[in-house]
Amino acid sequence: MYKYDTYDQQMVDNRVEEFRDQVKRRLAGQITEDQFKPLRLMNGLYLQLHAYMLRVAIPYGTLDSRQMRMLAHIARKYDRDYGHFTTRQNIQFNWIKLEDTPDILAELATVEMHAIQTSGNCIRNISADQYAGAAADEVADPRIWAELLRQWSSFHPEFTYLPRKFKICVIGADEDRAAMRLHDIGIQMVMRDGVLGGRIHVGGGMGRTPMIAPEIRDFVPADDLLSYLEACLRVYNRYGRRDNIYKARIKILVHEIGADEYRRQVEEEFIAVKALGLDPPQAEFERITQMFADPAFVADDGTAVDRSDPDFALWLDQNVKPHKQPGYAIVNISLKPQGGIPGDATSAQIDLMADLGERYSFDELRVTHAQNIVLPHVRQADLYTVWQQLDAAGLAPANLDLISDIIACPGLDYCSLANARSIPLAQKITERFADPARQRDIGELKLKISGCINACGHHHAGHIGILGVDKKGTENFQLSLGGSGAEDVSLGKITGPGFDEDGVVDAVERVTETYLGLREEGERFLDTYRRVGMAPFKEAIYG
Amino acid sequence: MDKPMSLSANADGLLRYRDDAPHEEPAVTLDAFLGQTNATAVRIEAGDDARALIPHLGQIALVEISFPSFRDGRGYSAARILREAGYDGELRAQGDVLVDQLLPMRRCGFDSFAPESEIDAATAEASLSRYENFYQKAADGVVPIWKKRHG
Repeated sequence: MYKYDTYDQQMVDNRVEEFRDQVKRRLAGQITEDQFKPLRLMNGLYLQLHAYMLRVAIPYGTLDSRQMRMLAHIARKYDRDYGHFTTRQNIQFNWIKLEDTPDILAELATVEMHAIQTSGNCIRNISADQYAGAAADEVADPRIWAELLRQWSSFHPEFTYLPRKFKICVIGADEDRAAMRLHDIGIQMVMRDGVLGGRIHVGGGMGRTPMIAPEIRDFVPADDLLSYLEACLRVYNRYGRRDNIYKARIKILVHEIGADEYRRQVEEEFIAVKALGLDPPQAEFERITQMFADPAFVADDGTAVDRSDPDFALWLDQNVKPHKQPGYAIVNISLKPQGGIPGDATSAQIDLMADLGERYSFDELRVTHAQNIVLPHVRQADLYTVWQQLDAAGLAPANLDLISDIIACPGLDYCSLANARSIPLAQKITERFADPARQRDIGELKLKISGCINACGHHHAGHIGILGVDKKGTENFQLSLGGSGAEDVSLGKITGPGFDEDGVVDAVERVTETYLGLREEGERFLDTYRRVGMAPFKEAIYG
Repeated sequence: MDKPMSLSANADGLLRYRDDAPHEEPAVTLDAFLGQTNATAVRIEAGDDARALIPHLGQIALVEISFPSFRDGRGYSAARILREAGYDGELRAQGDVLVDQLLPMRRCGFDSFAPESEIDAATAEASLSRYENFYQKAADGVVPIWKKRHG
């Protein structure tokens, strides 16, 4: 894992001091709320429906047990004993007092954490594949490049007041576990003729105008990566729309001028920028790379995992994934219990996950964009004891990528932008599909719920997506089918008129029944939908 | 970045980080400048293309870049483009310039500020000197952290 040196530490310490001063000026009335807003937003502090919400950055979703325990401590001391893991691999605390925030940031800084640029119209926390360093199909470890981008984007002087927020994702494998092409910039690290570089996609995103990012450059050598991104951002900063907040994301610029014209402008800018010497030397890449070296794996003794406990075997089959190292496995901890709030974990649960990460996973944990937690490097011999401890804490739902593994935004229960409540709907769906055998029979089905058109719940990318809207003062839910955030990326299509809360649960059930009736051998829901199209589902729902 | 010089705030609230005397000629619009060859001060609006000035940088002593709202960050790119092209005259940020924007503006090459609302000099000093190091190479001549790490 990356460890701060004195420069990194000084940066976050200075930031705490700066924010303490800004809060002091605000509390003293020296600056208005309007002037304070962009400052607090640059530090992840939102004013929500009931309280301030603080979003803490978990760079590329990677953290160690000490950092995880700090999150539990903050939940316990400053919040209501729980935290909410987000679709951007961060964590949010929902009940924060403004006057406490400088102290919270100071505590975070003691474990190399911060809330820098977790909101605001700037480059946000870099996201990455949660299986980085563990997946067998990895060409390059995306964390190295995500860390490089973290440093480059932190307090970038030119890109602090962009037209709109800016999200970058890095993956290093063909399988896309991070919705790479639904980011403002999506980078896939690839090898070409023995040289490492990035395939660059620009202009993806969800929100009210979902778009899949087109490829802008099929290969940028790693040495040029920062200069190339600098050029991508500069074109956007200069020409992105600022007249309408809903048209201000880079996807609109790329769409309006076209990918070819955007590429031409970037290439022209890149020639100017590349001459400036903005890219760090090889020695810096090597310094970062060394910190992501493999942990000290022990040799596989060849013992098979004992599957005699049937509940353990179910969890093993659903939540545990193959590791590149023989004798090891990747453990997914589902934060989606039946009737629970997707992504929420109590302080005690966070502490337990920290303990397990420290003891059984070389002190590493990951947060996924699907709002779950990963222990990336667990010895197969330890899987049973890990499962037993998770199960005792309510952390062993065996439902990874099944219909109850729902992504949902906080919705109208917390969020000042929301039109509808996402959480109660997610809870109802998990109740409706409570039978684990039924869930397994349905198989992989990614259901995602957003409580408003801003699409924080990734509904466009859901195999089944649900969007909550306000219809003449009452909550209404639109259903869409066929989205995907994976390497087979696609955007869902709306089925037709919306439903009330119970109505949409019924509609989801009819969709799954229709699928079960139509599927051919080996087909996931998404495959069947792509083969047969919308019509049979529409007929089942509205017919 | 050079350690901030003591702020030379004049009666108009202009903050300057330059030793030379303020330029007296009023700034003309970019269109007017491009249409007349003898002006030495230009005002760039947020949507103007700063690159149009590059052929004429030798004759310009003051470029004033407008910030109609502190949220409008186009002027940061305009400033860097001019500095990257070698402009070394006065580069002034005018408009909705707030104290917390001074640091990124300095890093992008601005060396004078004409804020619409007066900026408290002590707060400005504190916010400009708070960070000792920066990750990126920018237009202020600061040695980036990666360079300090590796010499």
